[in-house]
Amino acid sequence: MKELKLMKGNEAIAEAAIRYGVDGYFGYPITPQSEILEHLMAEEPYKKTGMVVLQAESEVASINMVYGGAACGKRVMTTSSSPGISLMQEGLSYIAGAELPCLVVNVVRGGPGLGTIQPSQADYFQTTKGGGHGDYRLITLAPASVQEMYDFVGLAFELAFKYRNPAMILSDGVIGQVMEKVQIGDYQPRWTDEYIKKSFPWASTGKNPNKPHIIITSLELDSSKQEQVNIRIQNKYKECQANEVRYEMINCDDAEYIFVAYGSSARICQKAIQLGREKGIKVGLLRPITLWPFPSKILGELADKVKGMLSVEMSAGQMVEDVLLATKHKIKVEHFGRFGGIIPTPQEVLHALETKIIGG
Amino acid sequence: MNREDIIKPENLVYRRTPVLTDNVMHYCPGCGHGTAHRLVAEVIEEMGIQEKTIGIAPVGCSVLAYNYFEVDMQEAAHGRAPALATAVKRLKPDFFVFSYQGDGDLAAIGTGETIHACNRGENITMIFINNGIYGMTGGQMAPTTLEDMKTSTSPYGRDTSIMGNPLKITELLAQLPGTCYVTRQAVYTPALVRKCKRAIRQAFENQKENKGVSFVEIVSNCNSGWKMTPTAANQWLEENMLPFYPLGDLKVSK
Repeated sequence: MKELKLMKGNEAIAEAAIRYGVDGYFGYPITPQSEILEHLMAEEPYKKTGMVVLQAESEVASINMVYGGAACGKRVMTTSSSPGISLMQEGLSYIAGAELPCLVVNVVRGGPGLGTIQPSQADYFQTTKGGGHGDYRLITLAPASVQEMYDFVGLAFELAFKYRNPAMILSDGVIGQVMEKVQIGDYQPRWTDEYIKKSFPWASTGKNPNKPHIIITSLELDSSKQEQVNIRIQNKYKECQANEVRYEMINCDDAEYIFVAYGSSARICQKAIQLGREKGIKVGLLRPITLWPFPSKILGELADKVKGMLSVEMSAGQMVEDVLLATKHKIKVEHFGRFGGIIPTPQEVLHALETKIIGG
Repeated sequence: MNREDIIKPENLVYRRTPVLTDNVMHYCPGCGHGTAHRLVAEVIEEMGIQEKTIGIAPVGCSVLAYNYFEVDMQEAAHGRAPALATAVKRLKPDFFVFSYQGDGDLAAIGTGETIHACNRGENITMIFINNGIYGMTGGQMAPTTLEDMKTSTSPYGRDTSIMGNPLKITELLAQLPGTCYVTRQAVYTPALVRKCKRAIRQAFENQKENKGVSFVEIVSNCNSGWKMTPTAANQWLEENMLPFYPLGDLKVSK
């Protein structure tokens, strides 16, 4: 039974966490995503589903609480915004190294440094290229609506457990703060301890008298073994790249030009497409839903059909590097963005297409 | 008297607890870690909680503690063991959860996690090994290094006017409402080993009653880092560490 509600993107994350049966949330307040912890505390999910909600002393503590919970096979998550996510990078590297599933939501704000509390997409590099130390990736989902904020909580946990790897929802201040109607699902029961014990033999569920104890670690002092760990992780990532790429194509069938944009930029591009088509410009949108794994294959195919692509991001140009790699310089690819918390208008975006790609 | 006459349960005076694995410990000969490990493992065995215990290992000399305890173990990032322990206990409240940390891990890089886990009153047992030095990285100054004590990063002795003061973290934690039991022990004599074991037992028993953090500091030696023989290190511990870090209970809540 689906229920329709008017919610902020941040509230949708919190509501989804409760209704998908998440076991634990550990977080620290930071603008523009504090509504998540506020909503959770107001809903008192520990009374409804037994979900643990804890305001930690820092983002460093939050991510390490997530590490401990994930190590027990529980569905655990944290949320933050850019500076807080920077503090979590060590923990994320450990979680990826120990091959544990969890969800981290980043409601991105402008940087660098303390930056601004206004929306931004400048954490693309940090999220998709590693962020912490060592060779690892985050499975990254980019919601473009409040509905996707809700739905991706479920999807992110599904992928995180499938690949035993941290997943990130890379949102931004627009999607976090905007209010839209959202279909919310029924309360799903949390996994029982028996189910976790049976399904996840790698988890700390208590010593089995007939088996050796379980060790959760990312340490391997023997380099030849550590190399094997890395190879196993990389093979897992190859499988993820082969199976999990998700994207949306809008008005691409007859398009001569393509906007490549995710999250709130994709929403702005949809309006720019409308304005462009009114002027007779055949332009479409490729919206990556997974930023990692990146939809390189479809972009490569589109490069054989269209004349140019504009990567529209609220950053100084980060995803454009992946678009360039995918299209192999077959066509003209440029970046357009505003940053520091400024949101571009559809008119600006269309103008950039006209000057940088069509007339460029 | 033949072999069978000797090997009888009633003649047993000592055996290795099955809560320790068969792995050969990497600790230096003379180090207190091995004894501290054994005491924790024996308490887990005696309480019959091996299948219901999760331990959190630190970064430092005891980073490989997870290889020695035959219970499910998690290896934390440097200083973060209390954060992991917090989540594990809250998500699995019927389990016994302990962290095992050294002084650099617990009282320097992990100070925030230590204080806040203790202040929240997490229902866990924290074992704190204080040897006043960073052992694993080769004998650098620790937050608990004594005034005038020589280490590789205080080669002329800890000058407190430049390097700051040794931190009595245990005294600090005893002030917090979330700790129910705070004690300082040592393991360099048989009598102290027996006493320390009773303290660790108490620290685990408290988890049954949801009393808050039970904190056991063990003042230990580092003969390698201190550049002494094990015997001389124990004597130095008694003469120098204990006057500054006196043994005994700092807090026992009813």
